[in-house]
Amino acid sequence: MNNNILIVGGGPAGMEAAGMLQRLGYNTMLVERSSKLGGHLAAWDRLFPKGLQAKETLDRLTAGINGVKYFLDTDINSINILDDSFNVILSNGITILAKAVLIATGFDLFKAEKKEEYGYGIYDRVITNADLEAYYKTGKSDTIQNPKSIGFVHCVGSRDEKVGNLSCSKVCCATAVKQACEIKQRFPEAQVYSFYMDLRMFGRYYEDLYLEAQKKYGIRFIRGRVSEVSEKEDKSLLVKAEDTLSSKPIKVSVDLLVLMAGIRPAEAGKRVGRMLHLSNEEDGFFSTKDTIRDLQMSKIPGLFFAGTCTGPKTIPETLNDAKSAAMEIDEYIKQNFPDRK
Amino acid sequence: MTDFGYSINTSSRMNLDDFDKESFDKLAEMEPDVRKCMACGSCTASCTAGKFHETSLRSAILALQNGQEGKAIDFLKGCMLCGKCTMVCPRGINTRHLILSILKVYGTK
Repeated sequence: MNNNILIVGGGPAGMEAAGMLQRLGYNTMLVERSSKLGGHLAAWDRLFPKGLQAKETLDRLTAGINGVKYFLDTDINSINILDDSFNVILSNGITILAKAVLIATGFDLFKAEKKEEYGYGIYDRVITNADLEAYYKTGKSDTIQNPKSIGFVHCVGSRDEKVGNLSCSKVCCATAVKQACEIKQRFPEAQVYSFYMDLRMFGRYYEDLYLEAQKKYGIRFIRGRVSEVSEKEDKSLLVKAEDTLSSKPIKVSVDLLVLMAGIRPAEAGKRVGRMLHLSNEEDGFFSTKDTIRDLQMSKIPGLFFAGTCTGPKTIPETLNDAKSAAMEIDEYIKQNFPDRK
Repeated sequence: MTDFGYSINTSSRMNLDDFDKESFDKLAEMEPDVRKCMACGSCTASCTAGKFHETSLRSAILALQNGQEGKAIDFLKGCMLCGKCTMVCPRGINTRHLILSILKVYGTK
């Protein structure tokens, strides 16, 4: 009797769960549609709250999946739910009969060009958090040339009914503060503004990060959502917002504007969800079996979730979620297939 | 000028490009904790002078950051240096020293 488990998505959640399940003795297979493992983590430079190298975490995850069979550049062509297993056909022609399937399809960053008033894709010096992270990672950028003033715009594509996302993306506040400190490390003379609605520094060490940003780096936090951005002749940008703490509109010129694009459910994950007729909540992320205890379970027996496909999560939260999912799968197999070995 | 029967108000929009960085850095050198304010409003809420005259350290700090130095001084005019705000500040700012430092850097007397 086979003890195959299929994991859809090779980001941090999929990798962490894959490693654990492999160590628990299952024949674990991982399917990743892009050409490398690691998801968004692989594109990131350093991680909040303590500035750990993303690569360090990725290297540990990679070491952890030793023995796991994984397929890169591979999509799911179809999934059929059988009596007590799943028949999955991959785009590379391989068919897998799996006892359990773990959905770890993650997220897409909100497409910042949808907020046209911020000018991403229109003005040269408007970039996103991902663009800035790529600059930190490579040290190369055509747009970042010794900026004298820099603005960070929180909640781009989050808490915004007009773009179809009412919810908070959870990780952008801490990311913005981290990135603001990092830009000050590179350009100590620059004036840095952070436009926020609420600063949601909920996690351990986050408040310290905020305090450090204020005290050590002198980041100016402005409570107000940026309403519009325009480009001047010299390519610098004029940013308009309200300073809601003094109830006055403000304007400020910046040489670089960083948009904190939020977390949206991955399109590729939605496609897999449709194959399985999975339901999702109003926020677009998959519905879990309940909202308190069974966060890694779907309503389909044998089908599980891990990571941000069920809503925004930090990296540590994602890894914990993946570990929980692995334990849930182990329990499910033991209960339903007692003679599996 | 011809009286058209109406006038144009100047814009109330504040321009952060007018922010006096040099003076603020000087202030931050005297009292680094000025950067620690998170605008909670505890100081304003506990202010004994605030009952009679608009007094608010939070607003004063904000006004300085917005390049409105005159306004900042106005927000501190009623202060009697009683020190109640020091007791309530969650970030542990020495508010009395901060107020005195603001007056030293930005005050005219």
